[in-house]
Amino acid sequence: MTTYETVFIMNPVLSEDQVKETVKKFVDHIKSNKGKITNEENWGLKKLKYTIQKKKTGFYYLIEFQADGQMINDFEVEFKRDERVIRWQTVKLEKFALAYADRRKKKLSTNAKAE
Amino acid sequence: MGNKTDIKYLSPVDIELRQQNKYCRFKKMGIDYIDYKDPEFLMRFLNEQGKILPRRITGNSLKFQRRLATAVKRARQIALLPYVADNLK
Repeated sequence: MTTYETVFIMNPVLSEDQVKETVKKFVDHIKSNKGKITNEENWGLKKLKYTIQKKKTGFYYLIEFQADGQMINDFEVEFKRDERVIRWQTVKLEKFALAYADRRKKKLSTNAKAE
Repeated sequence: MGNKTDIKYLSPVDIELRQQNKYCRFKKMGIDYIDYKDPEFLMRFLNEQGKILPRRITGNSLKFQRRLATAVKRARQIALLPYVADNLK
């Protein structure tokens, strides 16, 4: 079970609950393929550094999950088919990346507690 | 007859311009993973047009320059860094 990290950008014209719905769709897709979600981050509406499909902003979302390799292909097809998502990127987390991800999670949780 | 006063140096005088010895910032600070998700850190290694600075300027070691390049390219893919910019800094 290797860990992967997917960042995807959603269309800014979507409403709040549509964003939640698309995220839920991908989360359910991972869970149905015996994947395990380890971390989720909602970066919200951010300005894109260049226009994608004539849009200047987008909803960013990050999902870190553990799954086996075969599942990734149809996960990507799922993204390709869904037109609400304008850009996505799946990255495999190696040794150092995993350690970094754990440190990042701890840092974010402490910040969340601090606020 | 050339006047004898002006001294012609046979070999060019090498003036120590750049700082003495460059160090690899990642090795020194013990960073082992360059995260593609925080653009502020990556922007230090880009010039104003958004191009990746070469090793001879940043002084990175080959291993970390390659990791940096992949991180920058990934960040560009998800629009955290521009491909082409005119006033990045």
